[in-house]
Amino acid sequence: MTKRIVVLGAGTGGTLIANRLRRAYDRTEAEIVVVDRDDDHVYQPGLLFVPFGLADANEIVRSRREYLHAGIAFHEAAIDRVDTAANEVRLGDGTALGYDVLVIATGARLARDETAGLDGPAWGATVSTFYTLPDALDLRHALRRFDGGRLVVNVVDMPVKCPVAPLEFCFLADWYFRRRGIRDRVELTYVTPLDAAFTKPVAARTLAGLLADKGVGLVTEFNTGSVEADPAGPGKLVSYDDREVPFDLAVVVPAHSGAAYVARSPGLGDELGFVPVDPHTLQAKTAPNVFAIGDAAGVPTSKAGSVTHFEGEALAGNIERFLDGRPLDASFDGHTNCFIETGFGKALLIDFNYETEPLTGHFPAEVGLPLLKESRLNHLGKLMFQWFYWHVLLPGHDVPGLGSDMPVRGKKGD
Amino acid sequence: MPTATYDGTAVEVNDEGFFTDPDRWTEAMAAQIAKEQGIDTLTDRHWKVIAFMRAEYAAKGTGPTVRALGKTSGVTVKELYQLFPKGPAKTAAKIAGIPKPHGCI
Repeated sequence: MTKRIVVLGAGTGGTLIANRLRRAYDRTEAEIVVVDRDDDHVYQPGLLFVPFGLADANEIVRSRREYLHAGIAFHEAAIDRVDTAANEVRLGDGTALGYDVLVIATGARLARDETAGLDGPAWGATVSTFYTLPDALDLRHALRRFDGGRLVVNVVDMPVKCPVAPLEFCFLADWYFRRRGIRDRVELTYVTPLDAAFTKPVAARTLAGLLADKGVGLVTEFNTGSVEADPAGPGKLVSYDDREVPFDLAVVVPAHSGAAYVARSPGLGDELGFVPVDPHTLQAKTAPNVFAIGDAAGVPTSKAGSVTHFEGEALAGNIERFLDGRPLDASFDGHTNCFIETGFGKALLIDFNYETEPLTGHFPAEVGLPLLKESRLNHLGKLMFQWFYWHVLLPGHDVPGLGSDMPVRGKKGD
Repeated sequence: MPTATYDGTAVEVNDEGFFTDPDRWTEAMAAQIAKEQGIDTLTDRHWKVIAFMRAEYAAKGTGPTVRALGKTSGVTVKELYQLFPKGPAKTAAKIAGIPKPHGCI
């Protein structure tokens, strides 16, 4: 009998898993339905470049439908809730969609309402973010108008998508103001809830060094309680323990939550709306025929496109095993790989997993890209990644010579 | 592995002072650990958070973050900072005798 696989979300994870499964099954074996509320697929790594005028909306948004292989049904609707006891998804347009296997791939959303002051009139003027396209475009205008003063970059709480992106924003801001010839009039500060520039010690040392080299101040263990801002004047970040960081322009990465329907679906999500799964099989704790991929999954690694890509291989295999009644394969190792743009045409690269922190050396083997070290090659790698995203990652292809397990050749130990 | 002595008993802690084995913890140890953290008296509100930390650790294998605590413990984030001014997640975990909560990345 034909099985129905329903995939919620047509971003990175939903698109690549639907495409992998479409290749694995012919149409009499499995019907694949993908649901999303709109047809705009945003290349999220591109958002970082928008405020600096280095990328435009028309370069980073494409049709979701266009990247789904033939034979995949695309249903454009909001999601109301999932009833895991009835194996059914209720959509906003009244459709009830039954499933044999459900994949949650609806990512993370910005929970601005959780921080006092982020929803006020200053949003989009003196307080903004680059984590959505409209906000990134507002920020571009705010940066153009900015001709000196205090610019703070603040991460409200972890987890956030691409945890290196706020650091990259600092590095690019340094480059941007130097190019405009006003760097000496701009005070840049990075304000983080972590106790260092990054969570992993070796990478944190390198990144803290880069911040210092570029004259970016670092404020750690700052848990933002409220943002007091004026649309036309200075404001300040206030922490829960009553410390203050004044600013003229604040670039804030709000706290993240899972999609709102996850919280409306009994038993599906954790307290933040992410889906608890086995970190190695990606099977949901709530029901054996529910899986999660990408930012929507509550796994202890970065919320990043590279993680989603590596998860895809493990997940496609596990869905096939589940439908065959075979034991799942606990193969996902938390592999994460990030290019970190550092400005002036350079970038560094980090590669790690659940067990191994980012180390120095070369990737993926002795002759390869330098790890944890600024280079032009890594910057070119970052630029090439956009082509790779649309043409290799979304279609759900494996990369020749690069499996989903983290490579250890070429790495230097502690 | 370093040890600390609470309520007359030596327990293993990590280099930041977090218990490595939550089963070694007793309620009698909590007041002494709290004093080391600058909290002179543990009130009912403190105990509510301490009990919640231990229950979460037992259920999930890691202590909750401040934000998760604020959503699920029945104590708001603002009050959590009043109770544990040096950082609620870390301080309450230390007093509750559970390992340091994993930061997400």
